[in-house]
Amino acid sequence: MQHYSGFGLLKHGLSYHENWQRAWRNPEPKARYDIVIVGGGGHGLATAYYLAKVHGITNVAVVEKGWLGGGNTARNTTIVRSNYLWDEAAWLYEHAMKLWEGLSQDLNYNVMFSQRGVMNLGHTLQDMRDIQRRVNANRLNGVDGEVLDVRRIQEIVPLMDCSRNTRYPVLGASWQPRGGVARHDAVAWGYARGADAHGVDLLQQTEVTGIRVSGGRVQGVETTRGFIAADSVGVVAAGNSSVIAKMAGLRLPLESHPLQALVSEPMKPVLDTVVMSNHVHGYISQSDKGDLVIGAGIDGYNGYGQRGSYTTIEHTLQAIVELFPSFSRVRMNRQWGGIVDTCPDACPIISATSVGGLFFNCGWGTGGFKATPGSGHVFAATLAAGKAHLLAAPFSIDRFISGKLIDEHGAAGVAH
Amino acid sequence: MLLIYCPYCEEYREEEEFRPKGEAHIARPQNPEETPDEVWGDYLFFRKNPRGVHHEQWLHAAGCRKYFNVTRHTVSYEILETYKAGQHPASDRAPGVGTGGAK
Amino acid sequence: MSQRNRLAKGGRIDRGRPLQFSFNGVSYEGFVGDTLASALLANGVDVVNRSFKYSRPRGIVAAGAEEPNAILQLGATEAGQVPNVRATQQALYRGLVSSSTNGWPNVERDLMGVVGEMGGKFMPPGFYYKTFMAPAAMWPKYEKYIRKAAGLGRAPRENDPDIYDHINRHCDVLVIGAGPAGLAAALVAGRSGARVIVCDEQEEMGGSLLDSRESIDGRPAAHWVGKVLDELAAMPEVLLLPRTTANGYHDHNFVTLHERRTEHLADTAPPAQGRRQVRARMHRVRAGRVVLATGTHERPLVYAGNDVPGNMVAGAISTYIHRYAVVPGQRLVLSTANDHAYRAALDWHDAGREVVAIVDARDNPGGDLAAEARNRGIRIVTGSAVIEARGKKRVSAALVAAIDVEGFAVRGTADALACDTIASSGGYSPVVHLAAHSGVRPEWRDDILGFVPGKVAGLLPAGGVNGRAALAQALADGTEAAASALAELGAQAASITLPEIRSVREDKAVALFQVPHPKPAMRAPKQFVDQQNDVTAGGIELATREGFESIEHVKRYTGMGFGTDQGKLANINGMAIAARCLGQTIPETGTTVFRPNYTPITFGAIAGRHCRELFDPRRYTAMHSWHVANGAKLEEVGQWMRPWYYPRGNESMSEAVQRECRAVREGVGILDASTLGKIEIQGKDAREFLNRIYTNAWTKLGVGKCRYGLMCKDDGMVMDDGVTACLGDNHFHMTTTTGGAAAVLDWLELWHQTEWPELEVYFNSVTDHWAAMAINGPHARKLLAELTDIDLANDQFGFMDWRSGTVAGVPARVFRISFTGELSYEINVQANHALHVWKALFEKGEKYGLTPYGTETMHVLRAEKGFIIVGQDTDGSVTPEDLGMQWCVGYKKPYSWIGRRALSRPDTQREDRKQLVGLKPLEPALVLEEGAQIVLEKELRIPMPMFGHVTSSYYSPTLGHGFALALLKGGGQRMGQTVYLPMADGQVHAATVVEPVFYDPEGSRQNV
Repeated sequence: MQHYSGFGLLKHGLSYHENWQRAWRNPEPKARYDIVIVGGGGHGLATAYYLAKVHGITNVAVVEKGWLGGGNTARNTTIVRSNYLWDEAAWLYEHAMKLWEGLSQDLNYNVMFSQRGVMNLGHTLQDMRDIQRRVNANRLNGVDGEVLDVRRIQEIVPLMDCSRNTRYPVLGASWQPRGGVARHDAVAWGYARGADAHGVDLLQQTEVTGIRVSGGRVQGVETTRGFIAADSVGVVAAGNSSVIAKMAGLRLPLESHPLQALVSEPMKPVLDTVVMSNHVHGYISQSDKGDLVIGAGIDGYNGYGQRGSYTTIEHTLQAIVELFPSFSRVRMNRQWGGIVDTCPDACPIISATSVGGLFFNCGWGTGGFKATPGSGHVFAATLAAGKAHLLAAPFSIDRFISGKLIDEHGAAGVAH
Repeated sequence: MLLIYCPYCEEYREEEEFRPKGEAHIARPQNPEETPDEVWGDYLFFRKNPRGVHHEQWLHAAGCRKYFNVTRHTVSYEILETYKAGQHPASDRAPGVGTGGAK
Repeated sequence: MSQRNRLAKGGRIDRGRPLQFSFNGVSYEGFVGDTLASALLANGVDVVNRSFKYSRPRGIVAAGAEEPNAILQLGATEAGQVPNVRATQQALYRGLVSSSTNGWPNVERDLMGVVGEMGGKFMPPGFYYKTFMAPAAMWPKYEKYIRKAAGLGRAPRENDPDIYDHINRHCDVLVIGAGPAGLAAALVAGRSGARVIVCDEQEEMGGSLLDSRESIDGRPAAHWVGKVLDELAAMPEVLLLPRTTANGYHDHNFVTLHERRTEHLADTAPPAQGRRQVRARMHRVRAGRVVLATGTHERPLVYAGNDVPGNMVAGAISTYIHRYAVVPGQRLVLSTANDHAYRAALDWHDAGREVVAIVDARDNPGGDLAAEARNRGIRIVTGSAVIEARGKKRVSAALVAAIDVEGFAVRGTADALACDTIASSGGYSPVVHLAAHSGVRPEWRDDILGFVPGKVAGLLPAGGVNGRAALAQALADGTEAAASALAELGAQAASITLPEIRSVREDKAVALFQVPHPKPAMRAPKQFVDQQNDVTAGGIELATREGFESIEHVKRYTGMGFGTDQGKLANINGMAIAARCLGQTIPETGTTVFRPNYTPITFGAIAGRHCRELFDPRRYTAMHSWHVANGAKLEEVGQWMRPWYYPRGNESMSEAVQRECRAVREGVGILDASTLGKIEIQGKDAREFLNRIYTNAWTKLGVGKCRYGLMCKDDGMVMDDGVTACLGDNHFHMTTTTGGAAAVLDWLELWHQTEWPELEVYFNSVTDHWAAMAINGPHARKLLAELTDIDLANDQFGFMDWRSGTVAGVPARVFRISFTGELSYEINVQANHALHVWKALFEKGEKYGLTPYGTETMHVLRAEKGFIIVGQDTDGSVTPEDLGMQWCVGYKKPYSWIGRRALSRPDTQREDRKQLVGLKPLEPALVLEEGAQIVLEKELRIPMPMFGHVTSSYYSPTLGHGFALALLKGGGQRMGQTVYLPMADGQVHAATVVEPVFYDPEGSRQNV
C-alpha cells in the first residue's frame, strides 16, 4: 500500500500526481472465500479490514451491489458519540470511540475525526432527569460526559437561543467532549483501502441474489456475477438486511424506514460543536466545508426509496430555526434520505442465526455511523471465532425471544 | 408526501392527517399462554419488512380515527389499494399493474 | 460610475429609473430591471469572487440559476445579511449592498491567491485524506485553518426580522417554467377551464423567448409572451407565480414552490400599505398533473484557463445583451460545438462589438445561423476549439487549435487570438432535476447529447427538457403535454392555433465536453469542470486513476456538484470526462442523483410561521389565569403549562414546596389536575374491553366506584396508568397520564378496531371538557361540604367512590381518590365553570388555610406514598411486577390481557430484574440526585458495575429527611442494605434500601 503523508503529497505534486496508485483493486471474484461479507458500507468494510488485520483472515470478499460506502455511510450526518445509557450499548459505542481516536493513523487515511464535542439538550424536567441518569451512568462506565447549565451552553454555542422565549426553553444539556464528527466517505474509503491492502477482494457492482443453504449451513452466496462459496457469510446490509434475510428463509425484528437529512449552503464557521435535541427533534453541526449538516427523526412508514416526506424536513427546520433564529436566512442546499433498519429497542443486532455460518450485523437504526469501527471490530471477532465477541453477545437476536431488550428509547428518544 | 385514500371517509387526504402504524395483518396468537416463547417473540417483534409490496396499517388520526390497511410499494411509494380493517387485500400484485388508482 | 458596457438602446431595463448599489465598498449604478449580475457586468466588474480552494479570481459566467461563481453576500445591516446570493438571480434594488464571499484583503488583491497558485499543485482531489495525520495531536489545529478557509458567505448573527408563510394549493395542472413550452401548455390548460398554476423562477415570465432572436407571428417573441400572459392573467382559474421556483418534486405529485415576495425590493421585507409583508412564501402544491417545462442549461466547454473572468457560456451573452442591454466585453471569441450558440456571436455583432472569431469544433457547419455569420464576414475557424484561455483577472487571448474530437487530441499548433471574452457552448442539458427528485433516473439521448427525464407517473416533460428545444417544437410540445395531462385527468382539452414560426435550420452538434490540450490534463493549465468547487478535468482523471470509478465516487472524491449550484454546469461535463477516462459511454457512467432543492431556499421559508408560540400549541387549563395571578411558577408537561409551585414573597422553591406539603398533610391543599387525560368509554362490552387492556380486573367494579388501573404494552412493559370510574354499567370514565393521553386513545382504538372489532365499545376524548381540581388534606371534607349537595359521610361516599351532584352550584362529578394519601376529593366540572368553582373553593377555604400546590408538591406527596409516575419511575423496561404492583395484576383473568403473556417470558422472570424500592439517605438532610446511579461498593473505580438508579428524590418535611424512589437490581431482596451513589463532584452518598412507601403504609389517612 502506498503510504500517504504530507511529504508524499509534495513529492507527487512535483510529478503532477501521475504516480498515485489505485486506492483499491477491482478484482474478479474467486470461486471460494473463507468469509464473504455482504455489504460494502462502512461496517462491512471495517469488518473485512479487522478480519484481515486482527485475525489474519485475508481470504475474504466484500460483496457490494453498488459502490463502496454508497448506502447509509454516504447519507448520515456523521455524528460520533458514545454516551449511551445502558451498559451494553455504552460499552459497544465506547469501544468504537476508542478506535475512532486512532483511526486516521491506523488506516493511514485521514478520516477527519473531529472531537468538537456533542451536546444533547434538555427542555423539560424529565429530560434533565434522563440526562443526569445517562451522564452518571456514562461516568461510571468510563465514558466522558458532564451536565451543562444554560450559561455554559450559551458560552459554547453563542448563537443558540437559550432564553425563555422559545416554545420549549433549553434547561440544560449533556456534553460529551470526545464526541464529534468525521468525514463519512473517508471512513469507507480508508477501510476499503486498508482491507484491499491486506488482500481482501472488494467486489463492487455485485449484487447478492440468493443465500445458498444446505444441511442447515450456509454454503455461499448467489450473485449477479455467479455463485461465490464461503465457509461463513456475514451480512452487513443495513436497510436491506431483511431482504437478504429472506433469501435465507429468515425474518428479522427490523423495519426499514426513510431517515432524511439536509445541508445548508457552505458558510464561514458559525457553529463549533454538535447540538442535538430530542425534544424539539433536530440536530445540527457544521462540516469542515462549511455546510450546516442537519437531521431529525425517521419517517414513520417503511420505505426503501431513499426519500421521505417533506413534512419531516419542515419540522426539522422549524426545530433548527427555533433553536437558532439567526439561521432563518441561511439556505438549505440539498436534502436526501437513507434507509435505516430500526430495531424495537433502538439497539443493533450482532448475531449468529439459525443457519450455521450465517451471521447478521444490522439494526443500527439511526445510530450506525458512530459505531462503524466498533461494529466492524466486534463483528470480525465474531465471524473469526464463530461465536459472539463479548461486547456483541448482548446484541444477539435471541433477546427478542427472551425479552432481554436493551431499550435505548427511554433515554434517547431519537437514538442518533 | 403521500396522498392517501381513506376507505372510511372515501376521500383522498394528505399524509399529514394520517399516522403509519406498521405491518398489517399481524394476528395476536389465540392462546397467548400456550404460545411458545419463539412464537410470541415473533408476534411481538419480527416483521416481513419487504422491499416491494407491503400491507401496512394507517390511522386516520386527524380524520375519522379509523385504522385501515394500505398496500404500498416500499420503493416507489405507489399506493396500490387501501381497504378497511378486517378486509383482505385484493391481491399481492406488483405495482404498475391493475387499476393504478388507489381505492 | 459610468456603465461602460451598457448599450444605449434595447433591453428590458428602465433607464429612467436608475438604482445605486455597492459592491465591495464601491458604489455603482444600475437600472430597474437589472439583476445584480447584469449591473456588475454593465459597470465592467470582472472579478466578483475568489474560488474557495485555489483562491483564483472568478467572474460571472452565466445568467441564471446555473451560475457557479457570482455567489455574494448581501445586506446593509447585520440582521439583514443574506449569505450566498446568486447575483444572476438577484434583482437589483436601491441601496443594495453586496460583497464577495472570499478573498483577503479583497478579491482584486488576494493573498490566498498566492497560496492557491503555489498550493494548487499540491492540493489534488482527496489531498485532505492523505495528509494532516501526523502528529495526531495537530489535527484539531489543521482543522481550524481548513474550516476558516472553507465556506462561502456568513450567517447573520442577529435574528431574522422577516416572516415567511406557507399556503396549501391544489390544482389540475401545474406548469413549471414559463418559456415557450410552459406558456403553450398553460394556454391550453387555461382555455380548457382547468385549475392551473404557472410558476417561473425568473423576475419575468417568458424564459428563452425574452432573449430570442426569433419572431412569433412576425413580431418579436417577447411580444407573444406579453399577449399570452395577459390572457392567462384574465382567467379566474389560472394563478401566475413569477419569481417562484419549483424546488422539490415529491411523491404523488406534491411540489414545493418557493415564491420570493420581497427579495427583489430590499434586504428585509418593506411594509406595503403600512402592513408587514412576508419575505417568501412556500406554496405546497398537490397537482393533478405536472407539466415540466424547465428548458435546458447550456454546457460550457472545458478548456485550460476556462475560469479566468471573461469566459462565459454563450447563451448568457445573448441574455445579457437582449434583456439587460449589457455587452460584457469588447472582443469576443466563440468556441462552440453546435449551431445554436452562434446566436451569441450574432448578438454581439449586432451590438456593434468585435467578433474576433467563431471557433467551431465541426468541420463543416452549415446551418442558417452559420450562414448568417458568414454573410456578415465573421471569421469562422472550423474543426477547432479554444484550447486555452490566457489572462489573469480578465481574458487577454484565446489559444485556438485544430482538434480531433473523436481521438481527443490537438492537431497542429495553436493560434493566439487577442480577445477579452470567450463564449463557449458544448451543448444543452435538459433541466431534469425535478423529475429526478422522484428517484427515477434520467435517460441519455444520443440525438440531443443530453439526459431527458425518465418516465414519472403524473409528470409530463415538454419543450427543451423533453429534447424539443427549437421554438416551434417547444410550442407544439407544450400544447401536447397539456392535452395529455387533461386527458389523463378525464378532461377535454381546448384546441389552440399554434403561432407561426420561421424555422431555423440547425446542423447536427458534435459531442464535445473537455477540449483536448497538448499537455496531459494534470500538466496543462487547470481545466475547470466545477468552478465553485475548484474541480478540474485533471482531478477527475486522477480520481478514476485512483480507483474512484463510480460516478458517485468521482463526485464525492473531487467534490464535483456539491456546491450551491449543485453542478448545473458541471455535472454532465464531469460525467463525460469520467466516462472517457474509464473507457465507458456516458449512459454507462450514469448520472449522480439530483436532490431537492433545485436552487437553495432559506430555512425561514421552509419553517414558515411554525416557530415560537406556533412551534407547538401550548395548552392551558381553565384556571390558568388564576395561577398566573397568584404567582405560580410553571412547568411544561407535554404541551401543557402546569403550576409547578406557588412561591410566596421571597420563598425559595424548596421553602414553597415544604409549605405546600405541610398544608396538605396538616390542613388542606388544592391541585389543578385538569391536564390528566380523560377518555369516555361506553358500550355493552366496555367492561370486557377494560379487562383486556388493563392489567387488573374490572368485572366487579360497581357503578359509583373507581379503580386504579395499569396499562402495559404487549411486551409486558408499563405504558400508562390512571383511575377509571364506573359511571354506569356500560359507561366508564378513564383517566390517563398528562403526557400519555393521545397515545392511550390511539392504543384503545387500535385494539378495538383491529383485534376485537366484535366488542361493542366507543371512545371519546374528554380531556378538555372536564376541568379537575383535587382538594387534599384533613380539612378536605369540611371544605367541600360547604359547597356541595353531595353527602360526604364516609359511609355514604367512601374512598374510591365517586358521586355526582353540584359543587358551588354547578354540576360536578366528585371522585374520592387520592394521589397524596390524604383524604381527598377530585372535583370535575365542565371546563367553563372551573374558574368559578376554583374561586368558590378559595372563598370558603380561607379559614382552613386552603393552599394551592403545584406539580412539585404533588410529586413529593405521591412519592412519600410510593406512588409511581409512569415515565419518571418507569422507562419502558419496567413490568408491573418490577414495581411491586402484583396487587394490580389480574393473574386469574380469563382473557390473556395485553402484557399478560410477557410476564412469563424468560427475561421477565429473572430474579435480578430492577425493582422499585425506596432509598433513605444515611445523611437525613440529603436529597439524592434524580438520575444518580446506584453501586454496591463504597470505593469508586471506573468502570464499576451499576445496579440501578434514583428515579424520584425529594426532601420530605413530613418525614423530616430526604427520601427517594429507585429502580434497583434484585431490589426486593435488598431491604436494609446500604448502597452507594457516586456523584460527579467526587462525593459518594450512602443510602439504605427501604420499602417504597414512606408514609402511612396502612393507608389510614385517606380512608377517614
